[in-house]
Amino acid sequence: MREFLRRQRYLIDYSLSALARRPGKHLALLLVYTLVVFLLASVMLFTQSLRREAALVLAQSPEIILQRQMAGRHDLMPTEYLDRIGRIRGVSAKYGRLWGYFYDPAARANYTLMVPPPGSPEYREPAPGEIVIGAGIARTRGLDVGDYLSLRSARGEPFAFRVAALLPHSTELVSTDLMLLGAGDFRRFFAFPPDRFTDIVLQVRNPREVRKVAEKLSLALPDTRPILREEILRTYDAVFGWRQGLVFVLMGGMVLAFVIFAWDRAAGLSFDERREIGILKSIGWETADVLRMKFWEGAILSLTAFFLGYLLAYAHVFYLAAALFEPVLKGWAVLYPDFRPIPFVDGLQIATLFFFTVFPYTVATIVPIWRAAVTDPDAVMR
Amino acid sequence: MIELRDVKKVFNQGRGNELWAVRGVTLDLEPRQVTVFKGPSGSGKTTLLSMIGALSRPTSGRISLDGTLLSNLPERFMTQVRRSTFGFVFQRFNLIRGLTVLENVMLPAYPLAPDYGDLRHRAHALLTQFGMEAKASDKVEWLSGGEAQRAAICRALINGPRILIADEPTANLDSARSRELVGLLGELQDLGKTVLVASHDPLVFESARVSRVVELRDGLLAEDA
Repeated sequence: MREFLRRQRYLIDYSLSALARRPGKHLALLLVYTLVVFLLASVMLFTQSLRREAALVLAQSPEIILQRQMAGRHDLMPTEYLDRIGRIRGVSAKYGRLWGYFYDPAARANYTLMVPPPGSPEYREPAPGEIVIGAGIARTRGLDVGDYLSLRSARGEPFAFRVAALLPHSTELVSTDLMLLGAGDFRRFFAFPPDRFTDIVLQVRNPREVRKVAEKLSLALPDTRPILREEILRTYDAVFGWRQGLVFVLMGGMVLAFVIFAWDRAAGLSFDERREIGILKSIGWETADVLRMKFWEGAILSLTAFFLGYLLAYAHVFYLAAALFEPVLKGWAVLYPDFRPIPFVDGLQIATLFFFTVFPYTVATIVPIWRAAVTDPDAVMR
Repeated sequence: MIELRDVKKVFNQGRGNELWAVRGVTLDLEPRQVTVFKGPSGSGKTTLLSMIGALSRPTSGRISLDGTLLSNLPERFMTQVRRSTFGFVFQRFNLIRGLTVLENVMLPAYPLAPDYGDLRHRAHALLTQFGMEAKASDKVEWLSGGEAQRAAICRALINGPRILIADEPTANLDSARSRELVGLLGELQDLGKTVLVASHDPLVFESARVSRVVELRDGLLAEDA
């Protein structure tokens, strides 16, 4: 075992000197290789982080949202439906929600206006004339606590709201365009009918009862549609997954170009390299020794590129908030959340990235090297 | 004792450019002697030496070393015999550029994985013996022809081979350096090594240090040609 390790040390030592002897070729390869790993790892880390963030935030949302349908479209929910639902076993709380969208021409952005649900542990309903806003709105309109936000309602009437608080930064991914206000203000601003809610939400403590409750709701109120939290989570997952796929497809061409470049650089052995292999064989190296040495050469290069690329991607995503991919991967139309992903590394993800970058490089280079390594050692004498 | 029996070697067999480099050589080579294979270019000297040194196999015939048949050994065992028994000095030195003299000398021992301290010590001892100690950390491309030749000899001796094979060792040296080299080969014989040299340089095959001259012509021993 000691002899085996010592032999590997000699081979690694020789491989390092071989890399250092052709700095131009290997630096160019290292640079391109690192760039490819960096881009792929950035997309993977960022998408994964977004999914995780969305899942964490949505984990606190209600288990079931009940919407009324009219001709297949979302319609306002009559307040009396709360009573018609009655008592369903497993439902721990139910209440009507008031929320809607508002286009602010001054910021050329859409806001989500919402009345905080009753008994919400985080947000009390703002007092009349007051609002609590997300960081995106605050940034776009240059607002801080105590400032006033003037908006023209759907009927053209001006409304001035005082900013009572800003929503916490940690939820910015889903609250950047959010504006919380009191129920009275909401109804006045939108001229919302007093006997209507936007939808109804139900809290179900036991996750295994959620589907059963949804079934009962569909039977009791056939013109409504229950939306489960797990479905929302799945949708987020699919949306971010789809965006990741889109970016990967765009990067496909680049990865292919890299493979061709790597093949050309690493596999296309120069005359000097072939001669060197011939010399090594003539002075007593076996074909296997040459292959092992070349394996180490490739491994050192690809592992260095992999770690460099991954570390750069980590810094890019978690310290620079993925500045390169923000518009594509987050996908907010106007108000981009200033979102700093929580550092999170997934072992399986690293393994996948490793497999798709290091493995093809090793395979692409080993075959031509093997062909050079099996040449007769007497070639150097002729 | 090295025995060759009706050894033949053909290149590109069956093609238009087929070439019989060695056409049937039978020969016994005594140990601890300096034997020179002389003959014009294309006479088969280098091909014969590469087969004796287990760098290549004969197309037909047998080569044995102290009773062990070399010509039938699988590649792996041939490599083992080559690195433990033979040391090679090539016409163009074949040192690896970019490495130092010391690294080049140690290179044949890497696959054997000896203790690094021991290996360095052995390499320095050889460099001292051949007057190259001062050049140990120089890159080989900075060496003169004579220095490169001596570095190549040190490299050939690092694994302690019994037999040294030198192919046209004076081809790139001036007369003074050539005489010096022949003297070195003689010293190796004094140390108990068998030295086999391919050369058509009279400074080599007419030297008093040479024990035997074998003349080749058109792939055959001159007496059989």
